[in-house]
Amino acid sequence: MPEYQNIFTRVQVRGPLHAGVPVAKGPWMREGTPFFSHFMGQIGNAQIGPLYLGTLGVASLVCGFIAIEIIGLNMWASVDWSPILFVRDLPWLALEPPSPAYGLHIPPLNQGGWWLMAGFFLTSAMVLWFFRVYRRARQLGLGTHTAWAWAAAIWLYFVLGFLRPLLMGSWGEAPPFGIFPHLDWTVAFSLRYGNLYYDPFHMLSIVFLYGSVLLFAMHAGTIMAVSRFGGDKEVEQSVDRGTASERAALFWRWTMGFNATMESIHRWAWWFAVLTPLTGGIGILLTGTVTDDWFLWAVKHGVAPHYMPIANVVDPASVGGKP
Amino acid sequence: MRLTSIPGVALAGAFLVCLIAVLTFTRPPVTVIATGDAGTGMQLLYNPAKISATIAANQAPPMLPPIDAGPAASTVYKNVQVLKGVSTGAFTRLMVSMTAWVAPQQGCNYCHVAGNFASDAKYTKVIARRMLQMTIAVNTSYKDHVGAVGVTCYTCHRGQPMPSQVWFTGVTPGSGAGLAESQMGKNLPTLTGGSLPSDPFTPFLLNNDNIRVSGSTALPSGNRQSIKQTDWTYALMIHYSSALGVNCEFCHNSRAFNDWTQSTPQRVTAYYAEGMLRDLNRNYMVPLTGTFPAAQLGPSGDVAKINCATCHQGAYKPLFGAAMAAQFPPLEGVGAAAP
Repeated sequence: MPEYQNIFTRVQVRGPLHAGVPVAKGPWMREGTPFFSHFMGQIGNAQIGPLYLGTLGVASLVCGFIAIEIIGLNMWASVDWSPILFVRDLPWLALEPPSPAYGLHIPPLNQGGWWLMAGFFLTSAMVLWFFRVYRRARQLGLGTHTAWAWAAAIWLYFVLGFLRPLLMGSWGEAPPFGIFPHLDWTVAFSLRYGNLYYDPFHMLSIVFLYGSVLLFAMHAGTIMAVSRFGGDKEVEQSVDRGTASERAALFWRWTMGFNATMESIHRWAWWFAVLTPLTGGIGILLTGTVTDDWFLWAVKHGVAPHYMPIANVVDPASVGGKP
Repeated sequence: MRLTSIPGVALAGAFLVCLIAVLTFTRPPVTVIATGDAGTGMQLLYNPAKISATIAANQAPPMLPPIDAGPAASTVYKNVQVLKGVSTGAFTRLMVSMTAWVAPQQGCNYCHVAGNFASDAKYTKVIARRMLQMTIAVNTSYKDHVGAVGVTCYTCHRGQPMPSQVWFTGVTPGSGAGLAESQMGKNLPTLTGGSLPSDPFTPFLLNNDNIRVSGSTALPSGNRQSIKQTDWTYALMIHYSSALGVNCEFCHNSRAFNDWTQSTPQRVTAYYAEGMLRDLNRNYMVPLTGTFPAAQLGPSGDVAKINCATCHQGAYKPLFGAAMAAQFPPLEGVGAAAP
């Protein structure tokens, strides 16, 4: 009896290496001879390959490579091509968008032109990847849920780096490429536009993000808990429930009076995940374009109260205090 | 579950996470002091280990007993330009104290020519005279910032000829002619941890660029301050915070940083420091650029300048509010010529 009752995968099911189900011929067939990896088998399927690259996959990887090269080489140049500093300071380094003075014009390469170019290639890579995922799903006769989930992520990226800067009339509004710099950017964004936590679409995005995490834990926990009764065959159990499914369902009805089904739980999870970047993107798009200060907006609409003043402090500049 | 059933990679990962937590996080406990109504988030956070180290490092030095006797210094000594009306007793006491505050190892001859104390031959004496005028100006013209605490030479110098907390102008953002991205004045490790601009002082504490960037109306009404500009204000505010050893809530309610009605009186005090620092840097430090030897100037040949840390050095009030200046009336302008 294989041991499923563990937080790590303990079972490596190995049949003969196989290339997978037969499909209609495409321009490229799958690449490489499959092989087994014990290490990968600890976290997933032990069989690696075959891989399908195809035209879209190659085009996406090339665009992604160009974007990473532009970002990485500019970062490396910013530490005078020192390999040690590049590795040590990498989390701090960045490729910045053009200064607001350039508006929506195309700046010289060293004044943000590289940023525009990197953004173009990165966006292209992600959009090509969307079409690749869509096509691969169709070729296998699958639904295209994964592609649309990826499109939701592209939407948020597209709003941050292209749509909102376009509406604001300045590339300089976009975030930089860089680990800490883009985090500093999010703080500066919230400081400039009066606290993003009062943006109702940011609130929704947080609800769906935390909801996704909760659903993920509830579902994964439930399935692992009933796997001893064969509950890991959850897809078949959508229509043919069996004892694992009945026990899982009763567990949740005992706990909270209601249970999702083997099918609907996956719709819950998919929509929560997809709505996280969709609502987040709307929240970003409204910031600065439709509202200028989310805190004051929240006060205006009764979302946030004004606290009692602590010490009747007034702005010294408003009473003639010299700056 | 047996420990041996956990894969090695998981154990290594867990160890790494613990290591990062231990090495980068501040160790608890944290002392929380509420300064506003419950639920408003107005809390000062202090780490006892850190605060006791800061208190130990910010103690006022022993001071000579007050003397105020004898004729005016200018009637006894030659070339007294600032402390003209100060009694010789108070004058001598101040000179001895200045030596202890600024050049305890080097002694009187750090500024004075041995045998001819009236001589201005040493550049250090010229600078010391200007700094004396600056100290008097701070104590008399900037009461709205320094209050009753005031400043002395020791506030900044702490027994060293050159104050340890000074700043020089950094690279100009957008400079650099190469093909690669030009210098941004940011995106490198800074002392405060982020990748924020490393020199937010030149725009705000030397030049008079706009610090206020946030929206002031719910809907757009013409505020074109950018997110990039906000980075610089953010960096300046982080400097305020680290220089004073306080968190944001010392001055602001962090849910609405720009809202004065939710701010504390300390924010007003800090506001007056901005004008004071611009005055000190522009009218006292920058004109001395040529007086300093080149070795003491910054990378772009600029003079050492003043920010919050120069006096505060991690304390919310310099030397935790020890009223040293009151012990030295000449530094508060008594008997001194107007600067």
